[in-house]
Parts: sequence; C-alpha cells; structure tokens
Amino acid sequence: MSSLLEISNLKLDIGAIPILRDIDLKLEQGKVLGIIGESGSGKSMTALSIMGLAPRGAHLGGSVAYYGENLLQKSEAEMCVMRGRDFGMIFQEPMTALDPLQTIGTQVAGTLLAHGSISRRDASIEADRALERSGLPAEHFPRDRFPHELSGGQRQRVVIAMAIVMRPRLLIADEPTTALDVTTQATILNLLRRLVDDEGMGLMFVTHDLALVAGLASDIAVMRRGEIVEQGPTREIFGRLGHPYTRTLFAASSHVPVRYPAAAGKPVLEVEGLVRDYRLPPRHLFGRPGSFRAVDQVSFTIRRGENVGLVGESGSGKSTLARAIMALDPPQAGRIAVLGEAHDIEGASTQTRRKLQIVFQDPYGSFDPRQRVDILVSEPFYLLGKDAPRGKERQERVARALREVGLAPEDARKYIHEFSGGQRQRIAIARALIIEPALIILDEAVSALDVSIRAQILDLLANLSSRLGISFLFISHDLSVVRAITDRVLVMKAGKIVEQGRTEDVFRNPQQVYTRELIAATPNLERALAGG
Amino acid sequence: MSEPMLTAAALPRGTLLSAAIRSPSFIAGLLITLVFLGLALTSFFWTPYPYAAQDIPNKLQGLNAEHWFGTDQYGRDVFSMILAGARTSIAVALIAVGVGVGIGVPLGLTAAAQRGNLFDEIIMRGNDLVFAFPALLIAILITAIFGPSATNAVIAIGIFNIPVFARLSRAAALTLWTREFILAARVAGKGKARISLEHILPNILNTLLVQVTIQFSLGILAEAALAYVGLGAQPPTPSWGKMLADSQTLIGLAPHMAVIPGLCIVFTVMGLNLLGDGLSDIFDPRLRRSRT
Amino acid sequence: MSSYLLARIGALIAGLLVASIVIFVLLEIVPGDPAQFMLGLNARPDTLANLRAQLGLDQPVLTRYFNWVAGMLRGDFGISYTYRIPVTELVVQRLGVSLPLAAMALTLTILIAFPAGIIAASRRNSGTDFAVVSATQLGVAIPNFWFAIVLIWIFAVTLHWFSAGGFPGWDKGFWQGLRGLTLPAIALALPQAAILTRVMRSALLDTLDEDYIRTARAKGLTRIQVLWRHALRNALIPVLTIVGLQFAFLLAGGIIIENVFSLPGLGRLIFQGITQRDLIVVKSVVMLLVFAVILVNFIVDLSYLVVDPRLRRRP
Repeated sequence: MSSLLEISNLKLDIGAIPILRDIDLKLEQGKVLGIIGESGSGKSMTALSIMGLAPRGAHLGGSVAYYGENLLQKSEAEMCVMRGRDFGMIFQEPMTALDPLQTIGTQVAGTLLAHGSISRRDASIEADRALERSGLPAEHFPRDRFPHELSGGQRQRVVIAMAIVMRPRLLIADEPTTALDVTTQATILNLLRRLVDDEGMGLMFVTHDLALVAGLASDIAVMRRGEIVEQGPTREIFGRLGHPYTRTLFAASSHVPVRYPAAAGKPVLEVEGLVRDYRLPPRHLFGRPGSFRAVDQVSFTIRRGENVGLVGESGSGKSTLARAIMALDPPQAGRIAVLGEAHDIEGASTQTRRKLQIVFQDPYGSFDPRQRVDILVSEPFYLLGKDAPRGKERQERVARALREVGLAPEDARKYIHEFSGGQRQRIAIARALIIEPALIILDEAVSALDVSIRAQILDLLANLSSRLGISFLFISHDLSVVRAITDRVLVMKAGKIVEQGRTEDVFRNPQQVYTRELIAATPNLERALAGG
Repeated sequence: MSEPMLTAAALPRGTLLSAAIRSPSFIAGLLITLVFLGLALTSFFWTPYPYAAQDIPNKLQGLNAEHWFGTDQYGRDVFSMILAGARTSIAVALIAVGVGVGIGVPLGLTAAAQRGNLFDEIIMRGNDLVFAFPALLIAILITAIFGPSATNAVIAIGIFNIPVFARLSRAAALTLWTREFILAARVAGKGKARISLEHILPNILNTLLVQVTIQFSLGILAEAALAYVGLGAQPPTPSWGKMLADSQTLIGLAPHMAVIPGLCIVFTVMGLNLLGDGLSDIFDPRLRRSRT
Repeated sequence: MSSYLLARIGALIAGLLVASIVIFVLLEIVPGDPAQFMLGLNARPDTLANLRAQLGLDQPVLTRYFNWVAGMLRGDFGISYTYRIPVTELVVQRLGVSLPLAAMALTLTILIAFPAGIIAASRRNSGTDFAVVSATQLGVAIPNFWFAIVLIWIFAVTLHWFSAGGFPGWDKGFWQGLRGLTLPAIALALPQAAILTRVMRSALLDTLDEDYIRTARAKGLTRIQVLWRHALRNALIPVLTIVGLQFAFLLAGGIIIENVFSLPGLGRLIFQGITQRDLIVVKSVVMLLVFAVILVNFIVDLSYLVVDPRLRRRP
C-alpha cells in the first residue's frame, strides 16, 4: 500500500528564481514529520505546494503523491474537493487567520458546506463536535462567538477545528505556535499530538524551533535554501549530527555565550513602586474613561555590569515597563533613578537619558529608511547637545561603534536597506553603544532573528558586557535565551514582578507556580531528546 | 518570518528611476500633464488670436486651417481660449492644492503628534464638519457672501482640500509614530516637532505626492463645474467650464464648442490620475498588483 | 444601547449644531439688508421698519439664531422673501425632484459598480480586468455636467428620444416623470459608478490578500466561493463609506445637473436664492443638504453595526 504522502523530486520556481530543488519527503499515517529550517529555507513553500496553494506564477515539477495519486496533476477543481476533506492546514498567525465577520461555528461548518451534500443543520452539529475535539467545549465557547472575542490560542483551536472537521488523513501545520505564548504553545502541541494518536492522522509540522520539533516529531527533515540537507528519524539525526548545517543549527539553538560576569558595582538603575496605567475608552458616552494597570508597583535595581533578564508572557507588561524606564511614557506613580539621579519625563534630563539606551525587536522597523547609517548611528549624540562630537571626531566615534559590533567603518556611508536582519540588529546595538551608556535595554532584541544569527548576536552582547562593563536589561519571552545570557532574572505576570533571583536559582528551583509553569512549558532540546 | 517588502524609500535611486521608466501609467500621465502645463504656459506669451477678440462675421465656424478649433458665437478663436483656459484651470486647481497642503499637512502632523489630546480632537471634529459641506456648497456659501470670482473658487476648493490633507497626513503619521525608528528618535531626546519634521514628513512625502495629483485633478473638475454654473471665473477671464456653459444652447449648431473644452478637461484629469497611479506604483511595489 | 451607537448619536447632534452655527454666522456677515432688497431702493423707511419687524430682523443675533433653529425643529423654515410662501412648502416641492434624482443616480451607480468591481477583482490582471480599469480611468475624468451636455446633444437634440430639459412633473404620470429624470440620473451616475467600481475592486483585492482567505482556501473553498462567502462582506465595509459619501455628493451634485437640464429641484432653488438675495432660502436649503449629508453618514455608521460584529457588544 502506498504511503500517506510521498514527495519526490519536487521543484518550484517563481519566474526565473528557483525556490525549491529536489525535495523528497515521506510521511505515514499516525506519524509526525518535522520540517526544520531558517527563514528563506523554503519550508513554508513546501507546505503550500502540497496544498496546491503555491503563489501565482509558481512552476512546480516532480511529484507529490497522496496515497499514490500525484496531486500536482490534479485540476484546481479536484484540489478544492480534496482540500479540507483529505488534507487540512493550519497557519502561523491565529489573529488574522479567521474571517472577523463570521461566527466560529459558521466558519467551521463552512468546511463541510464547501464540500456539499450536507444540510446546514448537520454541518453545524459536526462543527460543534470538531470544536469540542479541538478543546473548545460549547458551554464555555458558544458557537455564535466571533473571532475577536477569543484569545490567540483559542483562535488557533478554531483554525484546527476547521482543518480536522472532515477528519482528513493529513494535517499540515506551518509554525502553528510561533505567535503564541509558551504555555499556550504547550497546550496546542498537546492537542495536535492527541489528534495524531487518536485519529491516526499524519502531521507535517513546519517550524524553525529545534527543541519544539524534537519533542514532537518521529522524523525530521532539515531544509536550507530550498533543499533538504538531511532527513531521518529524529533521534538519529540529532544523535549523529552528520551534516555540518544540522550541527550548526543544533549548536546555535542551545548556544550559551561565554561570559565573565563582573562583580556587581553600584546601582545603575533603581525602579521603585512604578505604576503605569493605560487609559481605556469610556464605556458610555458620558462615562468616565476606564484605565488598565499595565505595570503595578514594580521595584528592582540593576547594578553596574549586571545582566538582568525580564521574562513574562505577552500582555504581562514587559514592554510597557521598558517604555516607562526610557521615559517615553509618564508613570502614574513611583520613582526611577539612573546612577542615583532622578529620571523622569518632564525633567527630560539629558543627563540621565544619555545613560540609557534601547534596542528594539524589529530590525526592519528600527531605522529611518531615508537616512545613512552614520546619521542613524550618531542619532543619540543629539542628547549631548553642544558637547556632541563634530566632524572628524564624530566620524571616528561612528567608526569605533561599528567596529565594536563587528561591522566595517565603511558601512557608515551605506543605507539601511543594504543590510540583513542580523546586521541591522548590530547597527542598532552600535547606535546604543555610541553614547557610552551605563545600561542598554534589549526589548526582544533577538526574537526576530534566525537561530544562527541569534547565537552571534548573543556572543556579541556577552562580549560587550564583559569588556565595557555595560549593564543589560534583557526583555524576552524566550526563557532559554534569558537563561543563557543573564545573571539575574525577574518574572513578570499581569503587571507585577512575581519572582526574582539569580538566574540559575530561579531556573533550577522556581518558587512560584507561574514560574514553574513557564519553565515546564518551554521546549528544551536536551530534555526532549533525553525523555523521548 | 516573512521579510517585509522594501518600500521605495528604501530602494536605491537607480531602482526608483527604472521603476518609473517601466510604469506605463507614469509615463503617459507625465506626458499628458506636461503637455497641458506647456499649453498653459504658452498662453502667457502666445495665442494664435487674442483670446477675447470678437469677430462676429466669422462666428460659429467649425474646425479649419485659420481657426484650428473653430470659433464661438462671438467669433472668438476657440484654440486661443483653450490655451488661456488651461491657465485658469491649472492655476485655480494648483493654488487650491497649495492651500490644502499648506494648512492641512501641518494640522495633520500636529494632530498626530498630539494624538488623543484636545487639539487632535478639535482638528478631527473640524475635519468631519468640513466634510459635511460638499465642496459645491462651500462655493455657494462663499459666492453668496462675496460674489462669484476665480479667487473665491480657489478659496472654496482650497477649504475642501484642507481636511483631505489633514486626515491623510494624520493617518500616515500615526502609523509612523508607532514605528520603532520613531521611538529611537524619542530615546535620543528629540522633541515631537523635530521628529515630525525630520522623520515623519520625509517618510509621508510619497503618500502626499500621490494625493496631490488626485486633488489637483479633482480641483480641475471642480473649477470647471463652478465656472459652468457661473460661480467661478467671470468673463473675460477664459475658463473651460465657462466655455461649456456658452456651448450648451448652441449644441445643435456648433458641437465643437462643447466637445473640445470637454475633451481637454477629460484629458487633463486623466493625465493627472494616471500620473498619481504611476507614482503610487513606483513608490509602493505592493500596490502594483492591486491596481493593474 | 452600545457605546458605539451613543457615540454616533452624539456626533450626529453635535455635527448638526455646529453646522447650523457655521451657516448662520456665514450668512449673517453677508452685506446688504434683505428688507431693503425686497422693497427696492425707494421704499419708505416706515414700511422698511415694518417689514424688518415682520421678518424678525430687528431682534438680537442670538434670538434670531434660536428662533431659526426652533423653527426648523418644528419644520418651519420661515417665509421666502421673494416667493412670499413658506420655505418649507418650496423645499418639499423641490425635494420631489431632487430626492428621486439622487436615488435613481445612486441605484444606477450601485447597479453598475458592484458587478463591474466584482468581475474585475475576480479576474485580476485579465483582459476583462484591464478593460474595466481603463473604463473607470475614463469615467472618473469626465465632468458630469459635460457628460450631461453630450447626452443632450446625442439623445435629445439629435435622436429626439428625450427632451433637452425641463421636468413634466409627477402629476403627468410616474413614467413621464421617470423619463424626465433618466438623462440627468445617467449623467450623475456614470462618473460616480467609475469611482465606486475602483473602490469595490481594490477593497476586494485587499481582502483577497488577507490571511483568512488563505485559511478558507485551505478548507476547500474555490476562488469564487471565497469571494462570495468571505471577501465580499469584508470588502463591504470600505465600500459602504464611499456609498454614503456618494449619496451626499449626488444630492449636492444634483445642483449642477439640475441646472444643465433646467430641473425644478433644490439646486435651481439655491441658485435663484443667491441671485435674488433670498438668503432665508439659501440658508435653509444649505442646512437641509448638510443635514442630509450628516444623516447619511450616521446611517452608514449604523450599518457598520450590522456588518461588523466587532462593534457590537455582547449583553
């Protein structure tokens, strides 16, 4: 009998650009195949090609056999019949994957109605069951709810229900948990696992996260630049680490930079009883505007040379706290001091502002696209007012900052679009360094980067911190990164710091239930490979 | 992780230029617009006949060698009137756009910088109010007060342009204010006014330029409409709209009097619209597919 | 009642209030004394004073404003200086032409634009799409009053299918009335249809790029099913906004077209008002048109409540 899915020699070009080359993959019923790759590896395009949803202008070659039938030779009409019935797909962004104007019940029933020969009533009964199977019981989630009334994880469950309502044999999941918090991610993974086990579905799981796939997939395929570099049973691949790229990827995923923590010096940043409220629109026309407490009585201190991590799930108030510390928004209560001096928004005291710098998450949005790198990097000089270096001295400072982050002084004359994501993040760090701050806040600064680039940036940060004695406040949702680079960690939940302590202590022996849950939910490569 | 598209701003100059050359809308629109601008400028120092010179014996002639576009009911040369009319149309529309940009953009930028404040609220509600008065009603009110003239047409169309530009620049600026590079500028201690001028304005220029071509073309249509009903340019100032008004009763006798100024309006407006489409294609490759 | 609805109603009332003040103040600064204008230059001072008292012109500004607003609330717009009959009567008469004209034009606009926009978007980049887009390029560039003149030239002067102008009145029969409004409605509608087609097409193309369209395709919907079940309703939100603006524009834009066809509608009334300095008529008609615009916007805002569940709050 033929396999559930057997891809051989799959090729894909868009125009004259080759996207996929010689892809061979095999997936049996009841198994999970993990596809791993960094951005641009072609992993998503492979998934879309199977569904027959490759973008317009794509030319496909080779064969994608579903129980021996080559899908590439099917007409669009035939594919429409098979999609949803024989194979379903779930996507990365649950917030936008659902039609905002239709109820969840209708959207799930839509899969059945699209395939005809079922009454509306039966379709909604089936839809109800599928939502139930996806972990959305009707008593808590009435079927007339609209997507905007659900959280990201709940929406992803609706998408899953849409995909499995007709009990397809094959489910393709393209980074289905990347946009979710770790605890939500864990529950969605459990759900997928259960569907595979109970219903004998084959699951193709596309991801960039090695640890995630190691705990889930029986077989994996590693992709790079449109080709599969290595594939086989998970345990074997990770045990052997045969291919150099797999090795690099493996090393980068669990990379711990070499650090020489300095003895903590005098306090650089002191935060005391900080409160930050957001105004909400009034519920009634003449009602009072509501407010939402995003940061609630937060106190902590960072000393010279210290690397402090701030972890928490989305909405916990991490970024709001960062903005308040940078004096971008005024706090409602509390006190911030930088090197012992009061630091607030009115004071606009450039004295304290110049001691704090920040690096943001998005390497693409962090720079004015119309300015040259030297202008961008030297922007913080504005804080020095009359004392700002000019002419030759300014050029030298820019060159030095660029060298510090591993770029060439000549790069100063280029425009930002000439750099890759990783290089841009280096430029962002150079911009933070140039004014010689005491503390740099890194707000999810490595979250948007591929693992191999991320490892390089982490090395750079560790090096800078040891060499220049700069303190870092490292904000991240990724616990493994925080563990690798910080001395001390603060755990934030619902605006409050619920736990803090030395990083190793907190990770080894978490005191709070919430911290324990977070750590347990974080995918861990060694644990996954050891436990199986 | 999908790579964000490069916007035109992020493309090297050479790419922008070659994108311009490859865009047929841009080339066609630019050519048509230049032709009419040329006509308007020519009329300042040369027209085949003085545009107001009457020549009753030669009235209502069709198209011929002496009078390329024929003559009107007073024997005036239609081609000369078209040339001079282009001047009025373009001047009125251009100044009205200037009024809209000059007042609307600063208002919009300030409102965006003060987001949620009283000033922002007042600006937005003021915009809504002006939008409740169709341009024609504004013109009628102004004419009722000050009497008809080309100047009052400019004021009426200009007033209508203000909220258009205020709203557009506010919306465009607001999305920029949430971008991280603006946060970076704030971290560097720059004030709101400085950021608006140094970072926001240069980055919304593309959007504004496209809107300028659109409002320019709408201005030409509005000027013609106002002149047609007698609320715009007064005789002897030549105007395409006025020529159409004169042509109406003679439509059976001398259709060229209606067809020629009408086609001029259609071509100018189409040229400007094509130019706007072309510009937005060039500036934002993402729009290219959604427009043709 | 949801806060959205309350906010909309608040905006409606505030908009009307401010608009009435603006119109009143603007016409207050108009030079010239209406009483003088009505009676001519040789009027005796005592007659003049009598008329001024009769028109309420001798009262303080604030009182006059409140009287005007209170009158309008009762449906009493005052007495026309020139026609010497209540403005309300005049306006109601003229609305009998302007309103059907705007409604006809809007219906035509929608009947043309919706199918054209949908067809163009569903066949993106095809020959049909290109033809539709080119036609709209031409359509938006045509001034409606010129188009009206061309229509008169072809269908009235040359072919004699319709009359060149004037309105027979509804008492001559429904079809006669409709016939009298056909050319004006077409002239008004076609350029607007071109605009709406473009909006419809680009709104559809935008929604067709959304993630949930891909999700819907993955569950087996065909391109056409996706268009009807998901894209169209989502695209309707921007389209509705434009339709609302267009209705307002058609009401006001009728002013010019009514002149081309010499139709006895609000537009003609306003022009006569201006030339005869009948400011009470100008003031009332402008206020009425502004009221219509604000009301239509309000209705559009309410229709969002039906279309967009995100604006409804669950009890």
